[in-house]
Amino acid sequence: MADNQNFHLRIITPDRLFYEGDAEMVEFNTTEGEIGVLPGHIPMTVIVKPGILVISEKGGEEKEAALHAGFAEILPDGVTILAEIIEWPNEIDEQRAEDAMNRAKERLASRTPETDIARAETALLRAVARIEVLK
Amino acid sequence: MASMRDIKRRKTSIQGTQQITKAMKLVSTVKLQRAKANAERSKGYFDCMYNTVNSILSRVGHVEHRYLMPGQSPKKAVVVITSNRGLAGGYNSNIVKLITRHETWKKEDMVIYALGNKGREALSRNGYEIREELPEVMEEPTYADAMQLSRRLLEAYAQGEFGEIYLAYTFFKNTVVHEPKLLKLLPVDREEAQVSEKTAEAIMNFEPEDVEALDMIIPKYITSLIYGAMMEAVASENGARMQAMDNATSNAEEMISDLTLKYNRARQGSITQELTEIIAGAEAIG
Repeated sequence: MADNQNFHLRIITPDRLFYEGDAEMVEFNTTEGEIGVLPGHIPMTVIVKPGILVISEKGGEEKEAALHAGFAEILPDGVTILAEIIEWPNEIDEQRAEDAMNRAKERLASRTPETDIARAETALLRAVARIEVLK
Repeated sequence: MASMRDIKRRKTSIQGTQQITKAMKLVSTVKLQRAKANAERSKGYFDCMYNTVNSILSRVGHVEHRYLMPGQSPKKAVVVITSNRGLAGGYNSNIVKLITRHETWKKEDMVIYALGNKGREALSRNGYEIREELPEVMEEPTYADAMQLSRRLLEAYAQGEFGEIYLAYTFFKNTVVHEPKLLKLLPVDREEAQVSEKTAEAIMNFEPEDVEALDMIIPKYITSLIYGAMMEAVASENGARMQAMDNATSNAEEMISDLTLKYNRARQGSITQELTEIIAGAEAIG
């Protein structure tokens, strides 16, 4: 490959182009665990799990965002993340995230047969990701 | 011939109506531009989603997946996207006709999820079963709305309540052409998902495996279809209203010029009559 230092990263949400640019590496959380993608990766499609997205930009700068749902298509020369929900740190309401975390924890602690555990766990992960990214 | 006063009153009333239709046209023009921009922004996401789903489907071959197999139930669910407000020409009635005039669909087998008041009113008048009504969603459709709706639809589908799910919306081709469309959401059509050459070349790996990936991606795919349809429908609604109001304004214009002519004639007539009377009176005295 001619230029194997960078790859093209596009993050699309249903209502905007969230990010577009060249990156050295991108890290995020998937259903199979956390991954870091470098240029020249084999073609792969992964499902996103709530977590922090870290973009290492060309100039060495790092950008973080809270990525909650979606999936990513990885190709050797580019990555496209179809994000259903994603936020920059300055778009996050910390108070709301903390409230959501406490709510989710409560629900998991006092679980009854009717509790939708999967949903509560996702909610918890989401809240944790939001709070983490603010730090 | 109508009296001058009657003609004048009618003319003033039409002028008032014209002012309203003119204002409504301006408002929908502005709204249309915003809705069009929104629809275009969501298109990139949708296209990408469509390609990915197609490439997965073309690879997995004939798996027995619950979202790819038609359900057992004869019931069909239709998500009907219309507007909450009228005065948009044939916009709402075209969508309703799509369902009531369908060749093979029977009223008893249909369950309606109505987004927008106008469609719900017309369909419940026609005796269709309305499962859900969500007029507030159409005021400002968000992705979260689409997500919640698709989750409910998929749950009902998974429980075997429906055999098929359709989406009825107005496709926004351009500012003047809007097509009412019926789209099959579930089961996902394989025939439509054709392998494009580009996707066939690249060997894509999936993590998790194909079938599991389908389980997670198809709900997202359905959500994006619903969201895209909402955006297109809002743009179409405003386009249709803009056209309808434009027609109404020019019709009013025509009526006003017709009435002006009549008014002038009536005025001329009354002057002539008065003159004749005066002359006749003068002659009688003289």
